[in-house]
Amino acid sequence: MSEALYSYTVLIPAVLFISFLITGLFGGKMNPLISGFISTAAILFGLVVSYYTAYQYFIVDGLVEGAYPTHVAFDMVWLSFTSTLSINLGVLIDPISILLLVVVTTVSSMVHIYSFGYMKGEFGFARFYSFLSLFSFSMIGLVVASNLFEMYMFWELVGVSSYLLIGYYYQKPAAVNASKKAFIVTRFADFGFLTGMLLLAYFTGTFDLVALTDPNGLAIASAPVMGFMGLSVVTWAVGLIFIGGAGKSAMFPLHIWLPDAMEGPTPVSALIHAATMVVAGVYLVARLFPIYVFSAPDALEMVAIVGAFTSLFAAIIAVTQTDIKRVLAFSTMSQIGYMMLALGVSGYGGEAGTGYMASMFHLFTHAMFKSLLFLGAGAIIHAVHSNYMTEMGNLRKYLPITHITFLIAALAISGIYPMSGFFSKDEILVAAMANNPVYFWIEWAVAGLTAFYMFRLYFSIFWGEKREYEHTPHEAPLSMTIPLLLLAVASAVVGFIPFSQFVSSDSIPFDVHIHWNIAIPSLLIAAAGIGVAAFMYLKPSMTPDKVAGRLSRIYRLSYNKFYIDEIYLWFTHTIIFGIVSQAASWFDRHIIDGFLNGLASLTNVVSEKTKTLQSGQLQHYGIYMVSGVLALFLIFIYWIS
Amino acid sequence: MLADIPVEHYSYVALFVFFAGIYGFFTRKNMIAMLISIELILNAINLQFVAFNKYLYPDLMEGMIFSLFIIGVAAAEAAVAIAIIINVYRRLKTINIEKVNSMKY
Repeated sequence: MSEALYSYTVLIPAVLFISFLITGLFGGKMNPLISGFISTAAILFGLVVSYYTAYQYFIVDGLVEGAYPTHVAFDMVWLSFTSTLSINLGVLIDPISILLLVVVTTVSSMVHIYSFGYMKGEFGFARFYSFLSLFSFSMIGLVVASNLFEMYMFWELVGVSSYLLIGYYYQKPAAVNASKKAFIVTRFADFGFLTGMLLLAYFTGTFDLVALTDPNGLAIASAPVMGFMGLSVVTWAVGLIFIGGAGKSAMFPLHIWLPDAMEGPTPVSALIHAATMVVAGVYLVARLFPIYVFSAPDALEMVAIVGAFTSLFAAIIAVTQTDIKRVLAFSTMSQIGYMMLALGVSGYGGEAGTGYMASMFHLFTHAMFKSLLFLGAGAIIHAVHSNYMTEMGNLRKYLPITHITFLIAALAISGIYPMSGFFSKDEILVAAMANNPVYFWIEWAVAGLTAFYMFRLYFSIFWGEKREYEHTPHEAPLSMTIPLLLLAVASAVVGFIPFSQFVSSDSIPFDVHIHWNIAIPSLLIAAAGIGVAAFMYLKPSMTPDKVAGRLSRIYRLSYNKFYIDEIYLWFTHTIIFGIVSQAASWFDRHIIDGFLNGLASLTNVVSEKTKTLQSGQLQHYGIYMVSGVLALFLIFIYWIS
Repeated sequence: MLADIPVEHYSYVALFVFFAGIYGFFTRKNMIAMLISIELILNAINLQFVAFNKYLYPDLMEGMIFSLFIIGVAAAEAAVAIAIIINVYRRLKTINIEKVNSMKY
């Protein structure tokens, strides 16, 4: 491990943080556009530095002894508790942190540029950009964190910036509620992360990620076998950490905040709730992957099960939603489920680590096409002033660029060759098949559902019945279409990157090739999904209603998101508010308050009895004083001596 | 001649004057009379200082100087007290200490 290489990477978060300070402190005093330019310049700087780092790391420096090395580019003791336990702030450079750097800066730059058009003239334009800078800073800090504690700190910071941006329209009660919900649910999950992290650090004696994840290192070798309820301590620790990741990545049953988070401005949904923050959970598991594989296979199995279930569950819900952003939100959950599953079924090293590679690959491609879908949805909402696909139709005439880019993204997410989604999904399916065919068939079915709901969305927005619009929809301005086009190009071509040459579970490159025995069934079901969607939604017809009527029970379950929100509400209202809070409030009112009120009234009674001593008669006071002096005099003369 | 009087006699006189002052302070209702009582207390102490100085350390002057201090402070105190009493009188038209009792619970 060499020191001080790539130390310039620390500039990326530093510049973004300065940009946040400038736009946050002085944004109200200057022209909002200048704030926008400052933030955008900062993130473009980050973009250039990230690309340069990636180029330098992968191409120029390349392999060292057959593997990509891990560098600690920057390290600073921040809090020093004892000689052995300290918390550092550092920058860790390895393949996946560079991958995430590239993803975050790319999507964030696109969103910054896009927002010039989308947020034009909005109240709080400068505030929006300062929050975007804060978010980019925190996300990059999370990505490059060199120890778990630093990661946790930035983890909370992205939570805060997500909260701030969801609640951007703070006059709107729905947005306020959504931001609160997102914060509380993820904070609740973060408690798992914190507990797990402390447990892990307690038993391994370090927060340092390099030491923790070294497969031959002390941390994994000395991982204690002592257990609790049949599972080892490390399994508990990483399982709890996974709960934190599941909360951030909106895995079932902690997913309820993500659909509501769509109340935020659409560029925010594209940046935070599609491409970057929600994959932080995946990144966290990938970061600690050696511990999962070597010390806690049970926890890894849990990751796979949760991922598979969520991907299926969310895909079923996405089929019936009518708010286009919510369809995309559930689709995001479903795709993150894929990534989690891929991690869960992966082994370590070489071919066995295909799942790990596939997960990161899918994270990469998904960031491109999902942010494109969200930005496209933003352009549509911008043009139509509605979120509901029932109020859209035939928009391809009005929004040609949005139409083409949306189509590319939809093909990519459906996994149609040669779009990027095809390659990453194929690798995930290969990894799933190698581990357990059940996972494969679940994900195969989800691929079909994905194609179906994406093209349901696509056809109902851009095709379908001709519709008279109140205002003729017009194509978005250049600042919005340029990011769309760039991301469309990325979505189309990034699949051809030989990803396994760069990212793998043990940093040693390996070769993959397309497994046609896996790819053909998945292409077939994707095509079937598209076909069914085309049959139902290309032309206005009664078929969707008929199908919904035939499957009314499932349809209603799916339309109401399996009543998970209602279950949570019932739980919070009946159990927590009704029973726990009632008891707590009784205790507070009667025991705590009673004690303090008793003290107060005791004081009151005593002072009521003694207040007549203060009579206002000077001579009485004189007598008290002289009696006191005499008493002391006598005491000193006759008792003390 | 002065040396013939034993120091106890000075103390008897001072004790009498001191307790006369205390008694007057507690029983007289007129604020001027109370002030005079305080003067009596102070002068009893002065007398003690001077007497003990003379009998214990005839060569030193501390006791005498101390009593001069007390006389000075007593003069200042009397001026302040008279000023307060005049103000009380202007406001309440009385200098009866039992009527001046508005500062109570």
